[in-house]
Amino acid sequence: MRSLLAFMKKEWMEQLRCGRLMILIILFVLLGIMNPAMAKLTPWLFEVMADSLAESGITVTEVTVSALDSWTQFFKNLPLGLIAFVLLQSSIFTKEYDTGTLMLVFTKGFERIKVLTAKASLLLILWSAGYWLCFGITCGYNAYFWDNTVAHNLMFAVICWWIFGLWVITLCVLFSVLAKSNAHVLAGTGSIVLLFFLLGMFPQCREYVPTILTDGASLIYGARSLQVYLFPLIFTVILGIFCLAVSIPLFRQKKL
Amino acid sequence: MDILQITNLHKHFGSKEVLKGLTLSVPEHSVFGFIGKNGAGKTTTMKIVLGLLKADAGSITVAGENVVYGQTSVNRQIGYLPDVPEFYPFMTAQEYLSFCGEITGMNPSEIRTRSRELLELVGLGGEKHRIKGFSRGMKQRLGIAQALLHRPKLLICDEPTSALDPVGRKEILELLLTVRDQTTVLFSTHILSDVERICTDVAFLNNGTVHLTGALADLMQSCRTEEYILEPENVTDLATLLQAFPNMGPINENQLRFSQRNCNLFDVLAFTADRRIPLTKLERLEPSLESLFMQVVRPLDARA
Repeated sequence: MRSLLAFMKKEWMEQLRCGRLMILIILFVLLGIMNPAMAKLTPWLFEVMADSLAESGITVTEVTVSALDSWTQFFKNLPLGLIAFVLLQSSIFTKEYDTGTLMLVFTKGFERIKVLTAKASLLLILWSAGYWLCFGITCGYNAYFWDNTVAHNLMFAVICWWIFGLWVITLCVLFSVLAKSNAHVLAGTGSIVLLFFLLGMFPQCREYVPTILTDGASLIYGARSLQVYLFPLIFTVILGIFCLAVSIPLFRQKKL
Repeated sequence: MDILQITNLHKHFGSKEVLKGLTLSVPEHSVFGFIGKNGAGKTTTMKIVLGLLKADAGSITVAGENVVYGQTSVNRQIGYLPDVPEFYPFMTAQEYLSFCGEITGMNPSEIRTRSRELLELVGLGGEKHRIKGFSRGMKQRLGIAQALLHRPKLLICDEPTSALDPVGRKEILELLLTVRDQTTVLFSTHILSDVERICTDVAFLNNGTVHLTGALADLMQSCRTEEYILEPENVTDLATLLQAFPNMGPINENQLRFSQRNCNLFDVLAFTADRRIPLTKLERLEPSLESLFMQVVRPLDARA
Protein backbone atom coordinates (compact mmCIF):
# COMPACT_ATOMS: atom_id res chain seq x y z
CA MET A 1 0.00 0.00 0.00
CA ARG A 2 2.87 2.35 0.88
CA SER A 3 4.48 1.73 -2.49
CA LEU A 4 1.17 2.44 -4.26
CA LEU A 5 0.85 5.72 -2.38
CA ALA A 6 4.44 6.57 -3.31
CA PHE A 7 3.63 6.10 -6.99
CA MET A 8 0.46 8.17 -6.62
CA LYS A 9 2.54 10.89 -4.93
CA LYS A 10 4.86 10.85 -7.93
CA GLU A 11 1.87 11.19 -10.29
CA TRP A 12 0.51 14.07 -8.23
CA MET A 13 3.93 15.78 -8.25
CA GLU A 14 4.03 15.44 -12.04
CA GLN A 15 0.58 17.01 -12.43
CA LEU A 16 1.60 19.85 -10.17
CA ARG A 17 5.11 20.55 -11.48
CA CYS A 18 4.29 20.13 -15.17
CA GLY A 19 1.42 22.63 -14.84
CA ARG A 20 -1.36 20.20 -15.80
CA LEU A 21 -3.13 20.59 -12.47
CA MET A 22 -3.20 24.37 -12.79
CA ILE A 23 -4.62 24.12 -16.33
CA LEU A 24 -7.35 21.78 -15.07
CA ILE A 25 -8.27 24.06 -12.17
CA ILE A 26 -8.46 27.11 -14.46
CA LEU A 27 -10.50 25.13 -17.01
CA PHE A 28 -13.12 23.87 -14.56
CA VAL A 29 -13.35 27.18 -12.67
CA LEU A 30 -13.89 29.04 -15.95
CA LEU A 31 -16.53 26.53 -17.07
CA GLY A 32 -18.23 26.84 -13.69
CA ILE A 33 -18.37 30.64 -13.94
CA MET A 34 -19.30 30.64 -17.61
CA ASN A 35 -22.61 28.79 -17.12
CA PRO A 36 -24.40 31.35 -14.90
CA ALA A 37 -22.57 34.20 -16.67
CA MET A 38 -23.97 33.14 -20.04
CA ALA A 39 -27.47 32.87 -18.57
CA LYS A 40 -27.11 36.20 -16.79
CA LEU A 41 -25.90 37.93 -19.96
CA THR A 42 -28.67 36.54 -22.20
CA PRO A 43 -31.25 39.37 -21.57
CA TRP A 44 -28.57 42.00 -22.10
CA LEU A 45 -27.43 40.27 -25.32
CA PHE A 46 -31.01 40.25 -26.63
CA GLU A 47 -31.38 43.94 -25.70
CA VAL A 48 -28.22 44.82 -27.61
CA MET A 49 -29.36 42.80 -30.60
CA ALA A 50 -32.99 43.97 -30.43
CA ASP A 51 -32.65 46.61 -33.18
CA SER A 52 -30.98 44.33 -35.67
CA LEU A 53 -33.48 41.57 -34.86
CA ALA A 54 -36.37 44.04 -35.32
CA GLU A 55 -35.07 44.83 -38.81
CA SER A 56 -35.34 41.11 -39.56
CA GLY A 57 -38.93 41.12 -38.34
CA ILE A 58 -38.28 39.55 -34.95
CA THR A 59 -39.65 41.41 -31.99
CA VAL A 60 -37.83 40.90 -28.74
CA THR A 61 -40.03 41.20 -25.70
CA GLU A 62 -38.81 40.92 -22.11
CA VAL A 63 -36.43 37.96 -21.71
CA THR A 64 -36.51 36.23 -18.33
CA VAL A 65 -33.87 33.70 -17.35
CA SER A 66 -33.83 31.17 -14.53
CA ALA A 67 -31.48 28.59 -13.04
CA LEU A 68 -32.67 26.19 -15.74
CA ASP A 69 -30.87 28.26 -18.41
CA SER A 70 -27.68 28.16 -16.41
CA TRP A 71 -27.96 24.38 -15.89
CA THR A 72 -28.68 23.91 -19.60
CA GLN A 73 -25.48 25.81 -20.28
CA PHE A 74 -23.70 23.58 -17.72
CA PHE A 75 -24.63 20.41 -19.63
CA LYS A 76 -23.69 22.08 -22.95
CA ASN A 77 -20.25 23.07 -21.71
CA LEU A 78 -19.35 19.77 -20.05
CA PRO A 79 -18.28 18.01 -23.29
CA LEU A 80 -15.73 20.79 -23.74
CA GLY A 81 -14.37 20.12 -20.24
CA LEU A 82 -14.23 16.36 -20.80
CA ILE A 83 -12.49 16.68 -24.19
CA ALA A 84 -9.92 19.08 -22.73
CA PHE A 85 -9.38 16.71 -19.79
CA VAL A 86 -8.80 13.69 -22.06
CA LEU A 87 -6.50 15.67 -24.37
CA LEU A 88 -4.46 16.84 -21.41
CA GLN A 89 -4.22 13.45 -19.68
CA SER A 90 -4.10 11.03 -22.62
CA SER A 91 -0.30 10.85 -22.49
CA ILE A 92 -0.15 9.76 -18.84
CA PHE A 93 0.89 6.22 -19.87
CA THR A 94 2.30 6.71 -23.37
CA LYS A 95 4.81 9.36 -22.29
CA GLU A 96 6.30 6.81 -19.91
CA TYR A 97 6.48 4.19 -22.68
CA ASP A 98 8.24 6.72 -24.94
CA THR A 99 10.82 7.84 -22.42
CA GLY A 100 11.34 4.44 -20.80
CA THR A 101 10.89 5.77 -17.27
CA LEU A 102 8.65 2.85 -16.30
CA MET A 103 11.43 0.37 -17.05
CA LEU A 104 13.46 1.39 -14.00
CA VAL A 105 10.30 1.27 -11.88
CA PHE A 106 9.51 -2.29 -12.95
CA THR A 107 13.08 -3.46 -12.54
CA LYS A 108 12.74 -2.61 -8.86
CA GLY A 109 10.05 -5.22 -8.42
CA PHE A 110 7.19 -2.70 -8.41
CA GLU A 111 4.09 -4.51 -9.59
CA ARG A 112 2.50 -3.44 -12.85
CA ILE A 113 -1.00 -3.52 -11.38
CA LYS A 114 0.05 -0.79 -8.94
CA VAL A 115 1.14 1.48 -11.79
CA LEU A 116 -2.22 0.93 -13.46
CA THR A 117 -4.13 1.46 -10.21
CA ALA A 118 -2.24 4.64 -9.33
CA LYS A 119 -2.63 6.22 -12.76
CA ALA A 120 -6.29 5.22 -13.22
CA SER A 121 -7.18 6.38 -9.67
CA LEU A 122 -5.48 9.71 -10.20
CA LEU A 123 -7.37 10.30 -13.45
CA LEU A 124 -10.71 9.39 -11.85
CA ILE A 125 -9.99 11.59 -8.82
CA LEU A 126 -8.88 14.55 -10.97
CA TRP A 127 -11.96 14.29 -13.19
CA SER A 128 -14.24 14.03 -10.14
CA ALA A 129 -12.56 16.97 -8.40
CA GLY A 130 -12.71 19.16 -11.53
CA TYR A 131 -16.26 18.15 -12.31
CA TRP A 132 -17.61 18.81 -8.83
CA LEU A 133 -15.66 22.05 -8.59
CA CYS A 134 -17.37 23.20 -11.80
CA PHE A 135 -20.73 22.02 -10.45
CA GLY A 136 -20.16 23.74 -7.08
CA ILE A 137 -19.36 27.08 -8.71
CA THR A 138 -22.38 26.93 -11.03
CA CYS A 139 -24.64 25.80 -8.19
CA GLY A 140 -23.42 28.61 -5.91
CA TYR A 141 -23.98 31.34 -8.51
CA ASN A 142 -27.35 29.87 -9.48
CA ALA A 143 -28.49 29.84 -5.86
CA TYR A 144 -27.35 33.45 -5.49
CA PHE A 145 -29.05 34.77 -8.65
CA TRP A 146 -32.04 32.45 -9.01
CA ASP A 147 -33.62 29.38 -7.47
CA ASN A 148 -32.11 25.92 -8.07
CA THR A 149 -35.28 24.09 -7.03
CA VAL A 150 -36.88 24.75 -10.44
CA ALA A 151 -34.61 22.07 -11.93
CA HIS A 152 -36.11 18.54 -11.74
CA ASN A 153 -33.81 15.67 -10.66
CA LEU A 154 -30.82 18.02 -10.75
CA MET A 155 -28.49 15.88 -8.62
CA PHE A 156 -29.37 12.75 -10.57
CA ALA A 157 -28.70 14.49 -13.90
CA VAL A 158 -25.37 15.77 -12.61
CA ILE A 159 -24.39 12.31 -11.32
CA CYS A 160 -25.27 10.77 -14.70
CA TRP A 161 -22.89 13.13 -16.52
CA TRP A 162 -20.18 12.51 -13.91
CA ILE A 163 -20.51 8.73 -14.42
CA PHE A 164 -20.33 9.23 -18.21
CA GLY A 165 -17.06 11.13 -17.72
CA LEU A 166 -15.68 8.36 -15.49
CA TRP A 167 -16.51 5.81 -18.18
CA VAL A 168 -14.71 7.84 -20.87
CA ILE A 169 -11.66 7.94 -18.57
CA THR A 170 -11.72 4.16 -18.13
CA LEU A 171 -11.77 3.93 -21.95
CA CYS A 172 -8.77 6.23 -22.03
CA VAL A 173 -6.98 3.91 -19.54
CA LEU A 174 -7.81 0.83 -21.63
CA PHE A 175 -6.49 2.40 -24.82
CA SER A 176 -3.41 3.67 -22.97
CA VAL A 177 -2.64 0.03 -22.14
CA LEU A 178 -3.32 -1.15 -25.68
CA ALA A 179 -1.70 1.66 -27.65
CA LYS A 180 1.84 2.95 -27.81
CA SER A 181 1.18 6.53 -28.82
CA ASN A 182 -0.92 9.37 -27.55
CA ALA A 183 -2.66 9.73 -30.91
CA HIS A 184 -3.81 6.08 -30.79
CA VAL A 185 -5.21 6.56 -27.28
CA LEU A 186 -7.23 9.58 -28.43
CA ALA A 187 -8.35 7.82 -31.61
CA GLY A 188 -9.43 4.68 -29.73
CA THR A 189 -11.29 6.54 -26.98
CA GLY A 190 -12.92 8.92 -29.47
CA SER A 191 -14.00 6.08 -31.76
CA ILE A 192 -15.81 4.17 -29.01
CA VAL A 193 -17.62 7.29 -27.75
CA LEU A 194 -18.54 8.20 -31.34
CA LEU A 195 -19.80 4.68 -31.96
CA PHE A 196 -22.16 4.94 -28.99
CA PHE A 197 -23.32 8.39 -30.15
CA LEU A 198 -24.13 6.93 -33.56
CA LEU A 199 -25.92 3.97 -31.98
CA GLY A 200 -27.88 6.46 -29.88
CA MET A 201 -29.33 7.94 -33.07
CA PHE A 202 -31.33 4.76 -33.63
CA PRO A 203 -34.59 4.94 -31.64
CA GLN A 204 -34.25 1.26 -30.67
CA CYS A 205 -30.86 1.87 -29.03
CA ARG A 206 -31.32 5.44 -27.76
CA GLU A 207 -32.28 4.52 -24.22
CA TYR A 208 -29.61 1.88 -23.71
CA VAL A 209 -26.34 3.57 -24.65
CA PRO A 210 -24.09 5.50 -22.22
CA THR A 211 -24.31 8.69 -24.29
CA ILE A 212 -27.89 9.28 -23.13
CA LEU A 213 -26.39 10.16 -19.73
CA THR A 214 -25.13 13.40 -21.25
CA ASP A 215 -28.68 14.57 -21.92
CA GLY A 216 -29.11 16.19 -18.51
CA ALA A 217 -31.22 19.03 -19.92
CA SER A 218 -34.15 16.63 -20.65
CA LEU A 219 -34.03 15.50 -17.04
CA ILE A 220 -33.98 18.93 -15.42
CA TYR A 221 -36.82 20.20 -17.65
CA GLY A 222 -38.80 17.05 -16.80
CA ALA A 223 -38.96 16.00 -20.48
CA ARG A 224 -37.66 12.53 -19.58
CA SER A 225 -38.26 10.50 -16.48
CA LEU A 226 -35.50 9.36 -14.17
CA GLN A 227 -36.31 5.69 -14.86
CA VAL A 228 -35.17 6.05 -18.50
CA TYR A 229 -31.62 6.73 -17.29
CA LEU A 230 -31.37 3.84 -14.83
CA PHE A 231 -30.47 1.10 -17.32
CA PRO A 232 -27.83 3.12 -19.24
CA LEU A 233 -26.40 4.27 -15.90
CA ILE A 234 -25.91 0.70 -14.66
CA PHE A 235 -24.69 -0.37 -18.12
CA THR A 236 -22.12 2.45 -18.15
CA VAL A 237 -20.82 1.53 -14.68
CA ILE A 238 -20.46 -2.11 -15.82
CA LEU A 239 -18.66 -1.00 -19.01
CA GLY A 240 -16.27 1.14 -16.95
CA ILE A 241 -15.47 -1.73 -14.57
CA PHE A 242 -15.01 -4.02 -17.59
CA CYS A 243 -12.53 -1.57 -19.20
CA LEU A 244 -10.45 -1.43 -16.00
CA ALA A 245 -10.63 -5.20 -15.44
CA VAL A 246 -9.48 -5.95 -19.00
CA SER A 247 -6.65 -3.41 -18.67
CA ILE A 248 -5.01 -5.37 -15.82
CA PRO A 249 -3.98 -8.56 -17.69
CA LEU A 250 -3.21 -6.54 -20.84
CA PHE A 251 -0.87 -4.24 -18.93
CA ARG A 252 0.77 -7.21 -17.20
CA GLN A 253 1.67 -8.67 -20.62
CA LYS A 254 2.57 -5.38 -22.29
CA LYS A 255 6.03 -5.19 -23.87
CA LEU A 256 7.99 -2.13 -22.83
CA MET B 1 27.61 -20.18 -5.56
CA ASP B 2 26.13 -18.70 -8.75
CA ILE B 3 23.96 -15.64 -8.29
CA LEU B 4 22.58 -15.87 -11.84
CA GLN B 5 21.96 -19.06 -13.77
CA ILE B 6 20.65 -19.03 -17.33
CA THR B 7 19.88 -22.36 -18.97
CA ASN B 8 19.19 -23.01 -22.64
CA LEU B 9 17.60 -19.63 -23.35
CA HIS B 10 15.90 -19.13 -26.72
CA LYS B 11 14.37 -15.98 -28.16
CA HIS B 12 13.00 -15.13 -31.62
CA PHE B 13 12.04 -11.74 -32.99
CA GLY B 14 9.91 -12.62 -35.99
CA SER B 15 11.96 -14.98 -38.13
CA LYS B 16 15.24 -13.91 -36.53
CA GLU B 17 16.57 -16.14 -33.78
CA VAL B 18 18.46 -13.84 -31.42
CA LEU B 19 19.25 -16.31 -28.62
CA LYS B 20 20.01 -19.93 -29.52
CA GLY B 21 20.18 -21.94 -26.32
CA LEU B 22 22.22 -19.48 -24.28
CA THR B 23 23.58 -20.98 -21.05
CA LEU B 24 25.48 -18.90 -18.52
CA SER B 25 26.43 -18.85 -14.84
CA VAL B 26 27.54 -15.75 -12.99
CA PRO B 27 29.47 -16.45 -9.77
CA GLU B 28 28.63 -14.45 -6.66
CA HIS B 29 30.77 -11.35 -5.95
CA SER B 30 32.32 -11.31 -9.41
CA VAL B 31 32.44 -8.44 -11.88
CA PHE B 32 31.20 -10.34 -14.87
CA GLY B 33 31.84 -8.97 -18.35
CA PHE B 34 29.18 -10.00 -20.84
CA ILE B 35 30.91 -9.33 -24.14
CA GLY B 36 29.48 -9.33 -27.62
CA LYS B 37 29.20 -7.31 -30.79
CA ASN B 38 26.31 -4.90 -31.28
CA GLY B 39 23.20 -6.97 -31.92
CA ALA B 40 24.69 -10.13 -30.38
CA GLY B 41 21.77 -10.44 -27.93
CA LYS B 42 23.23 -8.89 -24.77
CA THR B 43 20.37 -6.47 -24.12
CA THR B 44 17.77 -9.11 -25.02
CA THR B 45 19.31 -11.49 -22.47
CA MET B 46 19.32 -8.79 -19.79
CA LYS B 47 15.73 -7.77 -20.48
CA ILE B 48 14.66 -11.41 -20.14
CA VAL B 49 16.56 -11.66 -16.82
CA LEU B 50 14.72 -8.52 -15.66
CA GLY B 51 11.34 -9.99 -16.64
CA LEU B 52 10.78 -7.27 -19.24
CA LEU B 53 10.84 -9.66 -22.21
CA LYS B 54 9.36 -13.12 -22.57
CA ALA B 55 11.72 -15.96 -23.48
CA ASP B 56 10.58 -18.58 -26.00
CA ALA B 57 12.26 -21.33 -23.98
CA GLY B 58 14.78 -21.82 -21.20
CA SER B 59 15.00 -20.97 -17.53
CA ILE B 60 16.59 -18.26 -15.41
CA THR B 61 17.19 -18.11 -11.67
CA VAL B 62 18.45 -15.12 -9.71
CA ALA B 63 19.67 -15.98 -6.20
CA GLY B 64 17.80 -19.27 -6.52
CA GLU B 65 14.49 -17.60 -7.47
CA ASN B 66 12.87 -18.26 -10.86
CA VAL B 67 12.35 -15.34 -13.23
CA VAL B 68 8.79 -15.21 -14.62
CA TYR B 69 7.82 -12.71 -17.33
CA GLY B 70 5.46 -9.98 -16.13
CA GLN B 71 6.00 -10.85 -12.45
CA THR B 72 8.61 -8.65 -10.92
CA SER B 73 9.11 -10.04 -7.41
CA VAL B 74 12.55 -11.46 -8.26
CA ASN B 75 13.60 -7.97 -9.36
CA ARG B 76 13.94 -7.00 -5.70
CA GLN B 77 17.23 -8.94 -5.85
CA ILE B 78 18.40 -6.98 -8.89
CA GLY B 79 19.64 -3.46 -9.53
CA TYR B 80 19.52 -2.31 -13.15
CA LEU B 81 21.50 0.36 -14.93
CA PRO B 82 20.58 0.78 -18.62
CA ASP B 83 22.88 2.41 -21.20
CA VAL B 84 20.80 5.60 -21.15
CA PRO B 85 18.80 5.67 -17.91
CA GLU B 86 15.63 7.77 -18.01
CA PHE B 87 14.29 9.45 -14.89
CA TYR B 88 11.36 11.70 -14.07
CA PRO B 89 12.73 15.11 -15.11
CA PHE B 90 10.54 17.05 -12.69
CA MET B 91 12.19 15.44 -9.65
CA THR B 92 15.51 16.16 -7.96
CA ALA B 93 18.06 13.35 -7.49
CA GLN B 94 17.14 13.10 -3.79
CA GLU B 95 13.41 12.94 -4.59
CA TYR B 96 13.99 10.24 -7.20
CA LEU B 97 15.94 8.06 -4.78
CA SER B 98 13.25 8.55 -2.12
CA PHE B 99 10.64 7.52 -4.68
CA CYS B 100 12.67 4.42 -5.61
CA GLY B 101 13.10 3.52 -1.94
CA GLU B 102 9.38 3.88 -1.26
CA ILE B 103 8.30 1.72 -4.19
CA THR B 104 10.76 -1.01 -3.15
CA GLY B 105 9.33 -1.02 0.38
CA MET B 106 12.35 0.38 2.25
CA ASN B 107 11.63 2.16 5.52
CA PRO B 108 11.88 5.99 5.58
CA SER B 109 14.97 6.24 7.83
CA GLU B 110 16.82 3.67 5.70
CA ILE B 111 15.87 5.58 2.54
CA ARG B 112 17.23 8.82 4.01
CA THR B 113 20.53 7.28 5.14
CA ARG B 114 21.09 5.15 2.06
CA SER B 115 20.22 7.86 -0.47
CA ARG B 116 22.50 10.39 1.26
CA GLU B 117 25.29 7.81 1.30
CA LEU B 118 24.82 6.88 -2.38
CA LEU B 119 24.49 10.46 -3.61
CA GLU B 120 27.78 11.23 -1.89
CA LEU B 121 29.33 8.11 -3.48
CA VAL B 122 28.31 9.12 -6.99
CA GLY B 123 29.21 12.77 -6.50
CA LEU B 124 25.69 14.18 -6.53
CA GLY B 125 25.55 14.95 -2.81
CA GLY B 126 24.99 18.69 -3.08
CA GLU B 127 22.88 18.57 -6.24
CA LYS B 128 19.58 20.40 -5.66
CA HIS B 129 18.52 20.93 -9.28
CA ARG B 130 15.86 18.92 -11.04
CA ILE B 131 16.98 15.96 -13.19
CA LYS B 132 15.87 17.71 -16.42
CA GLY B 133 19.05 19.82 -16.19
CA PHE B 134 21.42 16.87 -15.66
CA SER B 135 24.18 15.93 -18.12
CA ARG B 136 24.41 12.37 -19.45
CA GLY B 137 27.25 11.57 -17.05
CA MET B 138 25.26 12.87 -14.08
CA LYS B 139 22.29 10.75 -15.14
CA GLN B 140 24.51 7.68 -15.39
CA ARG B 141 25.87 8.32 -11.89
CA LEU B 142 22.34 8.75 -10.58
CA GLY B 143 21.55 5.51 -12.41
CA ILE B 144 24.16 3.69 -10.35
CA ALA B 145 22.79 5.22 -7.15
CA GLN B 146 19.21 4.13 -7.90
CA ALA B 147 20.38 0.66 -8.90
CA LEU B 148 22.24 0.15 -5.62
CA LEU B 149 19.66 1.77 -3.34
CA HIS B 150 17.91 -1.41 -2.22
CA ARG B 151 21.21 -3.31 -1.77
CA PRO B 152 20.63 -5.74 -4.68
CA LYS B 153 22.45 -9.05 -4.84
CA LEU B 154 23.00 -8.57 -8.57
CA LEU B 155 23.73 -5.31 -10.36
CA ILE B 156 23.02 -5.50 -14.11
CA CYS B 157 24.71 -2.79 -16.17
CA ASP B 158 23.77 -2.70 -19.83
CA GLU B 159 26.58 -0.96 -21.71
CA PRO B 160 26.81 1.71 -19.01
CA THR B 161 29.76 3.51 -20.61
CA SER B 162 28.82 3.37 -24.28
CA ALA B 163 27.14 6.80 -24.36
CA LEU B 164 29.73 8.62 -22.26
CA ASP B 165 32.79 10.75 -22.96
CA PRO B 166 36.19 9.49 -21.66
CA VAL B 167 35.87 11.38 -18.36
CA GLY B 168 32.36 10.07 -17.71
CA ARG B 169 33.48 6.55 -18.66
CA LYS B 170 36.37 6.65 -16.21
CA GLU B 171 34.04 7.85 -13.43
CA ILE B 172 31.51 5.07 -14.04
CA LEU B 173 34.18 2.34 -14.18
CA GLU B 174 35.69 3.58 -10.94
CA LEU B 175 32.25 3.54 -9.34
CA LEU B 176 31.65 -0.01 -10.48
CA LEU B 177 35.01 -1.02 -9.03
CA THR B 178 33.98 0.59 -5.74
CA VAL B 179 30.70 -1.30 -5.50
CA ARG B 180 32.08 -4.76 -6.33
CA ASP B 181 32.44 -5.51 -2.61
CA GLN B 182 28.72 -4.91 -2.04
CA THR B 183 27.22 -6.86 -4.93
CA THR B 184 27.81 -9.00 -8.02
CA VAL B 185 28.12 -6.90 -11.17
CA LEU B 186 26.99 -8.19 -14.56
CA PHE B 187 28.41 -5.76 -17.06
CA SER B 188 27.50 -5.96 -20.75
CA THR B 189 29.72 -4.16 -23.20
CA HIS B 190 31.58 -4.25 -26.47
CA ILE B 191 34.32 -1.95 -25.14
CA LEU B 192 37.02 -4.49 -24.32
CA SER B 193 39.34 -2.11 -22.50
CA ASP B 194 36.56 -1.51 -19.93
CA VAL B 195 36.32 -5.26 -19.36
CA GLU B 196 40.09 -5.66 -18.95
CA ARG B 197 40.02 -2.87 -16.41
CA ILE B 198 37.31 -4.09 -14.04
CA CYS B 199 36.10 -7.62 -14.78
CA THR B 200 37.07 -10.79 -12.94
CA ASP B 201 35.03 -13.12 -15.16
CA VAL B 202 33.82 -12.93 -18.74
CA ALA B 203 31.52 -14.59 -21.24
CA PHE B 204 31.75 -14.05 -24.99
CA LEU B 205 28.37 -13.97 -26.69
CA ASN B 206 28.23 -14.49 -30.41
CA ASN B 207 25.49 -15.55 -32.73
CA GLY B 208 23.04 -16.14 -29.87
CA THR B 209 25.18 -18.45 -27.74
CA VAL B 210 28.01 -18.16 -25.23
CA HIS B 211 31.22 -19.33 -26.91
CA LEU B 212 33.72 -18.89 -24.14
CA THR B 213 33.29 -18.21 -20.45
CA GLY B 214 35.39 -18.31 -17.30
CA ALA B 215 37.70 -16.30 -15.07
CA LEU B 216 39.40 -13.62 -17.15
CA ALA B 217 42.89 -14.48 -15.84
CA ASP B 218 42.44 -18.18 -16.68
CA LEU B 219 41.20 -17.44 -20.19
CA MET B 220 44.10 -15.12 -20.86
CA GLN B 221 46.52 -17.75 -19.56
CA SER B 222 44.98 -20.47 -21.72
CA CYS B 223 45.34 -18.49 -24.92
CA ARG B 224 48.92 -17.41 -24.20
CA THR B 225 51.08 -18.27 -27.23
CA GLU B 226 54.82 -17.85 -27.12
CA GLU B 227 55.13 -15.30 -29.83
CA TYR B 228 57.77 -12.60 -30.11
CA ILE B 229 58.45 -9.42 -32.01
CA LEU B 230 62.01 -8.70 -33.08
CA GLU B 231 63.29 -5.37 -34.34
CA PRO B 232 66.92 -5.08 -35.54
CA GLU B 233 68.55 -1.69 -35.41
CA ASN B 234 69.48 -1.81 -39.13
CA VAL B 235 66.79 -2.58 -41.66
CA THR B 236 69.40 -4.42 -43.78
CA ASP B 237 69.64 -7.12 -41.09
CA LEU B 238 66.01 -8.10 -41.69
CA ALA B 239 66.97 -10.02 -44.84
CA THR B 240 69.80 -11.84 -43.04
CA LEU B 241 67.43 -12.93 -40.27
CA LEU B 242 64.72 -14.02 -42.72
CA GLN B 243 67.27 -16.05 -44.64
CA ALA B 244 68.45 -17.83 -41.48
CA PHE B 245 64.94 -18.29 -40.02
CA PRO B 246 62.46 -18.73 -42.88
CA ASN B 247 59.61 -19.32 -40.37
CA MET B 248 59.80 -15.71 -39.23
CA GLY B 249 57.28 -13.36 -40.75
CA PRO B 250 57.70 -9.64 -41.40
CA ILE B 251 55.16 -7.41 -39.62
CA ASN B 252 56.34 -4.24 -41.32
CA GLU B 253 59.54 -2.94 -42.88
CA ASN B 254 61.30 -2.82 -39.46
CA GLN B 255 59.91 -5.75 -37.47
CA LEU B 256 59.69 -9.55 -37.60
CA ARG B 257 57.35 -11.86 -35.75
CA PHE B 258 58.08 -15.44 -34.75
CA SER B 259 56.63 -18.22 -32.62
CA GLN B 260 58.61 -20.37 -30.19
CA ARG B 261 57.01 -23.46 -31.77
CA ASN B 262 58.78 -23.15 -35.10
CA CYS B 263 61.61 -20.77 -34.33
CA ASN B 264 63.54 -21.26 -31.10
CA LEU B 265 64.14 -18.05 -29.15
CA PHE B 266 67.60 -19.11 -27.94
CA ASP B 267 68.69 -19.96 -31.51
CA VAL B 268 67.57 -16.52 -32.65
CA LEU B 269 69.42 -14.84 -29.76
CA ALA B 270 72.56 -16.91 -30.42
CA PHE B 271 72.43 -16.03 -34.13
CA THR B 272 72.11 -12.29 -33.47
CA ALA B 273 74.98 -12.50 -30.93
CA ASP B 274 77.23 -14.43 -33.37
CA ARG B 275 76.58 -12.02 -36.24
CA ARG B 276 76.71 -9.01 -33.91
CA ILE B 277 73.28 -7.81 -35.10
CA PRO B 278 72.21 -4.93 -32.85
CA LEU B 279 68.57 -5.14 -31.71
CA THR B 280 66.21 -2.27 -30.85
CA LYS B 281 63.46 -4.47 -29.52
CA LEU B 282 62.65 -8.04 -28.53
CA GLU B 283 59.20 -8.32 -27.04
CA ARG B 284 57.02 -11.22 -25.97
CA LEU B 285 53.47 -10.79 -27.28
CA GLU B 286 50.98 -10.89 -24.41
CA PRO B 287 47.52 -12.15 -25.32
CA SER B 288 44.89 -9.41 -25.31
CA LEU B 289 41.18 -9.61 -24.75
CA GLU B 290 40.78 -8.25 -28.24
CA SER B 291 42.68 -11.18 -29.75
CA LEU B 292 40.62 -13.57 -27.65
CA PHE B 293 37.42 -11.89 -28.79
CA MET B 294 38.52 -12.05 -32.41
CA GLN B 295 39.29 -15.78 -32.01
CA VAL B 296 35.72 -16.30 -30.82
CA VAL B 297 34.04 -14.11 -33.38
CA ARG B 298 36.11 -14.78 -36.50
CA PRO B 299 35.41 -18.47 -37.20
CA LEU B 300 31.66 -17.82 -37.01
CA ASP B 301 31.84 -14.70 -39.12
CA ALA B 302 33.88 -16.61 -41.69
CA ARG B 303 31.22 -19.35 -41.81
CA ALA B 304 28.48 -16.72 -42.15
